[in-house]
Amino acid sequence: MKLNRKDILAIKELKKDEIELILDTAESFREVAERDIKKVPTLRGKTVINLFFEASTRTRSSFEIAGKRMSADVINISASTSSTVKGETLIDTAKNLQAMNPDIIVLRHPSSGAPALIASQVNASIINAGDGCHEHPSQALLDLLTIRQAKGRVAGLRVAIIGDIAHSRVARSNIYGLKTMGAEVAVAGLPTMIPCEIEKMGVKVFNSIDAAIEGADVIMMLRIQKERMDGPLFPTEREYSMLFGLNSKRLEKAKKDVAIMHPGPINRGVEISPDVVDGPSSVILNQVANGLAVRMALLFLLSGGRHEVDA
Amino acid sequence: MKTAICGGRLIDPSQDIDGLFDIIIENDLVSDIVKPGMVKDVDNIINAKGLVVIPGIVDIHIHLRDPGYEYKEDIASGTMAAAAGGVTSVACMANTKPVNDNASVTADIIRRSRESGHVKVYPIGAMTKGLKGDELAEIACMKEAGIVAVSDDGLPVNSAEIMRRGLEYSLGLDLPVISHAEEPSLSKGGSMNEGYRSTVMGLQGIPNASEDIMVMRDIALAELTGARLHIAHISSEAAVRFVREAKTRGVRVTAEAAPHHFVLTEEALEGYDANTKMNPPLRCLKDVEAIKAGLKDGTIDAVATDHAPHTTIEKDVEFDKAACGIIGLETLLPLTLSLVDEGVLSLDEAVRKLTINPANIIGIKGGSLKEGMPADIAIIDIDTSYRYDKSKVKSKSNNTPFDGWEMKGRAAYTIVNGKIVYKGESYE
Repeated sequence: MKLNRKDILAIKELKKDEIELILDTAESFREVAERDIKKVPTLRGKTVINLFFEASTRTRSSFEIAGKRMSADVINISASTSSTVKGETLIDTAKNLQAMNPDIIVLRHPSSGAPALIASQVNASIINAGDGCHEHPSQALLDLLTIRQAKGRVAGLRVAIIGDIAHSRVARSNIYGLKTMGAEVAVAGLPTMIPCEIEKMGVKVFNSIDAAIEGADVIMMLRIQKERMDGPLFPTEREYSMLFGLNSKRLEKAKKDVAIMHPGPINRGVEISPDVVDGPSSVILNQVANGLAVRMALLFLLSGGRHEVDA
Repeated sequence: MKTAICGGRLIDPSQDIDGLFDIIIENDLVSDIVKPGMVKDVDNIINAKGLVVIPGIVDIHIHLRDPGYEYKEDIASGTMAAAAGGVTSVACMANTKPVNDNASVTADIIRRSRESGHVKVYPIGAMTKGLKGDELAEIACMKEAGIVAVSDDGLPVNSAEIMRRGLEYSLGLDLPVISHAEEPSLSKGGSMNEGYRSTVMGLQGIPNASEDIMVMRDIALAELTGARLHIAHISSEAAVRFVREAKTRGVRVTAEAAPHHFVLTEEALEGYDANTKMNPPLRCLKDVEAIKAGLKDGTIDAVATDHAPHTTIEKDVEFDKAACGIIGLETLLPLTLSLVDEGVLSLDEAVRKLTINPANIIGIKGGSLKEGMPADIAIIDIDTSYRYDKSKVKSKSNNTPFDGWEMKGRAAYTIVNGKIVYKGESYE
């Protein structure tokens, strides 16, 4: 099967069979990471540009390693080194990069909709690596892969997403991805963190973490994003932690085999206690490993690669 | 010099006329309205057969960008766009560079409009110095120079006390105060309506409450002071309700709506096209319905464009960084007429909201074809359909969400002071 898309801008646009194709392809790439020589020639001669306008360690290095393991030439451009600091517009930056004919541009940008803006202007494939509070498709895909591994399926599971939903692109992409794959989604957070009419996205809304995690198969904790807080959403970290922090006592109410996830970076002791992060239910580091496989799959499929189901 | 417009259907709500009448212009004034076939001894006849003759449209809310932002629009291009839209009088907002907050800027705009304008230009003065919201501008001096209203449009007047004093001061000068109703602490950082769509798009929303609170505040202040308050670009359901309720209590408040607020909803933002970004933002269906109801029952007195030219420099950027606003002068007439097709307004009511009502709000001689009035006339073709093409606009900017839309109705001739300033292709 082939992915018939130029860009990956949003999980909202992806159909179930497309998500399955990406996850299946990612599974087959996981093995590469376990080899002694972790490099395959699949994308030799392809150029991938990581264009990052926001700080990122995990996502940027994950895309970089993914490209390099498949022998693509990977170039990293970050906001401080790009010409935008000299006043260049995003469209001009994209057009200038296009003139050098890259195959894929991976874009992280603080403005929602920025990947769509440049996708219409360049021939290269655009992968949205997180835009504002809109979407973060590769994160949701790696989360789906992690859930599928931990639980053997996604359909029919109960997933609780806890934290600052309003400012979270991870939450939005996961809601779309989980709903498309047939999971039941609950969200919970302080009322100041629940965006307007989110229930129309097909999720249940709780204003207590205890109610949301009761009976959940998967709990996704979101990071409290201090850099996105420009208003008084909550008084102190202590109070947030008291109301919405996940700790082992609260976890007693969840299912015994619950899987705990977090997109990182973690604020230990704020949204999640250290014993839960490092405890037996945590699949947080599996997420990171799967992130690499999912990004390899995205680069591969957008370069025209096929995944042979029964080859 | 005598000219007659013959064969058309004349609609002039200011004198309750709707019928087949010919109109005689002597020099720059309307001299008579006569039954068909009664015209004689004229120098010139304009054939309006099959067309509708109305008073020239009065748009009381536009941004000419001149002085200071002439790369977006200037007096010549903005008034040409007006003429092409059947608009014969415009009132331009003060957020130019320099700001129109003193008599010399006012006088400069008026002088240059006489030189290069195609229609009549009535400046609106800033209420506060530099639109900063903390000290009153020299409103009386600006009035002597020719302003017709005061407003800090584009920016809300943050301090209730300054708004109160501005209303009181303007009352003494018999000027209306135009309120751009927005509570800035609620709209800060927002780039669209707050609702389901802002949740999905991950953009910070501006809640209706931002507008509602300020409309409520300014109505209370109008009531306190007895001054004339005009609410610009009303966009929220509750704001319409507040104005309706205030009017029934006799508060001196009027309101205008912009076509985009009754034609589009926030659904238009899908795809992040910055030409759908405005302030106030496009809102929901219930708000659109409320605006239509407000237009129908007279709560909303006028339709005005908030014509806000911006170039690709301001618009072809990330959505949250893009400037707010769209051009509107050339789409005002067809979008307002769409309310007639929908059955919201009668043709007479639609014309009223484009002519005599806005003229009365800013107190200008216009919007009427009574004998002795200036011969400012639009001859419009209400039946013609066409595809609106943004590459053909007269404005210097083409920031519009309506490109490619099927429109019905356009100006055939626009006449200012008895002279044809615009003639549509395919009209003699």
